[in-house]
Amino acid sequence: MMIKFTLTLLVVVLSFSPLAQAGESSHAVEKQNWGFNGPFGTFDRGALQRGFQVYTQVCSACHSMKYLSYRNLSDLGYDESQIKAIAAENTTIDMNELDEEGEPIERPMRPSDAFKNPYKNDQQAKYANSGALPPDLSLIAKARAGGPDYLYGLLTGYEEPPEGVVLASGQHWNKVMAGNKIAMANPLSDDVVGYSDGSPTTAAQYSKDVSEFLMWAAEPKMEIRKRTGIKVILFLLVFAGLMYAVKRKIWADVKK
Amino acid sequence: MSSGNREKLDNPVMEWVDSRLPIFSLLQKEYGIFPTPKNFNYFWNFGAIAMVMLSLMIITGIVLAMSYAANTEIAFDSVERIMRDVNHGWLLRYLHSNGASFFFIAVYIHIFRGMYYGSYKQPRELLWMLGVLIFLLMMATAFMGYVLPWGQMSFWGATVITNLFSAIPLVGDSIVTLLWGGFSVDNPTLNRFFALHYLFPFLIVGVVFLHVWALHVTGSNNPLGIEPKGKQDTLPFHPYYTMKDSFGIVVFLIIFAGFVFFAPNYMGHPDNYIPANPLVTPTHIVPEWYFLPFYAILRAITFDIAIPFTGLVLCPAKLGGVLLMFGSIAMLFILPFLDKHPVRSARFRPWYKIALILFVINAFVLGVCGGKPAEGFWVPLAQLCTVYYFAFFVVIIPFLNKKEPVVPLPNSINEAVLNKNTKAAS
Amino acid sequence: MSADQTKKPSSTEGNHGEGETRRDFLYLTAAAFGAVGAGSFAWPLIDQMNPAADTLALSSTEVDLSPIEEGQAITVMWRGKPVFIRHRTAKEIEEAKAVDLGELRDPQTDEERVQEGHEKWLVMVGICTHLGCVPLGQKNADVKGEYDGWFCPCHGSHYDSSGRIRKGPAPTNMAIPDYTFINDTMIKIG
Repeated sequence: MMIKFTLTLLVVVLSFSPLAQAGESSHAVEKQNWGFNGPFGTFDRGALQRGFQVYTQVCSACHSMKYLSYRNLSDLGYDESQIKAIAAENTTIDMNELDEEGEPIERPMRPSDAFKNPYKNDQQAKYANSGALPPDLSLIAKARAGGPDYLYGLLTGYEEPPEGVVLASGQHWNKVMAGNKIAMANPLSDDVVGYSDGSPTTAAQYSKDVSEFLMWAAEPKMEIRKRTGIKVILFLLVFAGLMYAVKRKIWADVKK
Repeated sequence: MSSGNREKLDNPVMEWVDSRLPIFSLLQKEYGIFPTPKNFNYFWNFGAIAMVMLSLMIITGIVLAMSYAANTEIAFDSVERIMRDVNHGWLLRYLHSNGASFFFIAVYIHIFRGMYYGSYKQPRELLWMLGVLIFLLMMATAFMGYVLPWGQMSFWGATVITNLFSAIPLVGDSIVTLLWGGFSVDNPTLNRFFALHYLFPFLIVGVVFLHVWALHVTGSNNPLGIEPKGKQDTLPFHPYYTMKDSFGIVVFLIIFAGFVFFAPNYMGHPDNYIPANPLVTPTHIVPEWYFLPFYAILRAITFDIAIPFTGLVLCPAKLGGVLLMFGSIAMLFILPFLDKHPVRSARFRPWYKIALILFVINAFVLGVCGGKPAEGFWVPLAQLCTVYYFAFFVVIIPFLNKKEPVVPLPNSINEAVLNKNTKAAS
Repeated sequence: MSADQTKKPSSTEGNHGEGETRRDFLYLTAAAFGAVGAGSFAWPLIDQMNPAADTLALSSTEVDLSPIEEGQAITVMWRGKPVFIRHRTAKEIEEAKAVDLGELRDPQTDEERVQEGHEKWLVMVGICTHLGCVPLGQKNADVKGEYDGWFCPCHGSHYDSSGRIRKGPAPTNMAIPDYTFINDTMIKIG
């Protein structure tokens, strides 16, 4: 009775979920076979590093990732000196460090600094992109229904508009975007980023790698979360079995 | 709570304390002896489970408050800092956000159990009403808690729900301004919501104490809905039900852990990972799932109530929706006084049982309607379900009071249990 | 939840002996699981109060020593505390080395307080070990106390050119933070 009830409850709760009813974008998002899916899934370090490369060389021209710091790149498999070098490729104006004249100094970035923001503020970002604000990408994989599947679908979803559809200037046709009109031009094409590990340099591969990177960026604790989860659930299963045995022993002579 | 005719304890330290504050005697009386019907099924676990969830929410909440900053400029950032930088912060936050959902799951099942087995009936009316008060406080707490991360859903949820009060004639707008502490949902609103979100759980603890106190005055109801007639019908609460509850709690925690660790954002909304933006409303505002049935009732009233041919509007649609939404909880509150049927348990009330199962299905359908955009087919469906929701209380239950036959009940709990077991054996 | 409380009132009826032991073992195991579970849950609640990753990331500071001339000192902030970095003169080093350990309240040789090959650099937390004031002596015009080092104006503690307590109420020498030389003119504190 109880088990049946719980199962019904679960099914009902799941069907309620907003994610389960993600019917809002005009094109169903195709599910990809990610290595980080499932309770034992982990990120592919190679894909993360390639995805970071795509972000750095393409996306970061317009999109900030303000909740990420260079130090977080240790998750991708970079060591301390590599991270230092990556950080030092950019400079920042440090308001806390003044020169003799009292002017803030411009210094190379450090591992503790947040990723370089391509713009000084949102207004500048809008102005530079004909009025459309490129969203911050730190959480984008969690802030869109469908998550990384949606991102991959979007990046590979650019098409010629169907006949009769007129796009305003600065608009592009994308089969996954809600309403199909997107301000971002197709950012990826074959061979725009050079990979050193021999992975194919195709737009599809870039899309896949950068989507995985963005998933990591949004949920950097996913691996430890799942690892902890397995341990917790195993522990609780054994504990439940023990408590059931205790309960049976105690109730043994009540039910005749 | 009196220290009268107290038995001496063997342990001298416990005796010293007990003679001054009879806490051990109280525990012994209320749990070690407390005669509890011996025929509870697993539905009776959910009170204890709800208690565990309340404690979990308070503990994780206090800990999260150590790193959260209730300021619109940095609230969202501080939550992200908890998720990324604070030690185990992701765990604490996911426990808290999913914990709210599972607290509601436990309480909804607890409420359903009360309705199914007639636990609200005489002499447990006040016990039930205190329970509804807890539910109301939980809703307020959960609503304010959802505002704190200051994402898009936080902001727009707060805007929509606080605007409900503007439906009140004459003073509505002043009340809304008062709630906001300004002319829109902004920093003062966030600040006071945080203060109240921290306070309300302790009010809940207080009412839970009264709820349990009232329970210990009347004793528990049971699946048969007949009062225990003597020792053969009952068991001491401890260890029989402490251990049974513990088992149920651990099973519940397994399901809870499944969500926390493997689908922590399943019950959340992606839009709440976008920082609040007062200039852009999300295409589709939905509250958390546990409010959806009430949200559907709110939106079901799409018409003004007017005196025909005069154009005099008695009740504009907005006010109607708000009244019905609060009315739906008021119905629960007065349920003990609506249902006068002498039989408690739905086991012996086949007609009531059907009406109640329909009520539950109806509530789920309302929930689905609440999650859909208020357009097309969903509007009349929500209206129909709203009609059934209220009809259940004000039409069906009074009707059953008069018409549903009273069947003979088992003589005692013990007899019923023994009969059932011999039947099962043969 | 503890095992010894779970004795049943009716447990006296006949099932003594082996059954009893097995049952006690079960209760103990269940209680142990409960305790382990509660403990594992408590740890994240406590550990979250330790410094977070972003705080730890700022817990080390790199300092360029090249602009500090001999006889000069600078003060940098590290973990919210002032750190004194002094480019000592030959005279100051000699004075520090010449001290007889017997006359020190907190005996420490100068070698223990600097890094080998970098004796001219004294790096220490600039907080008086008495009650936490910041001693004078960083600027050339400052009072340097009777031992050519630092002087704490709060309660009159005198430190020598190695930052050791020589006179006054302070109990110990000024603390030396963990630091490493990345190269000859660059140190990383913390």
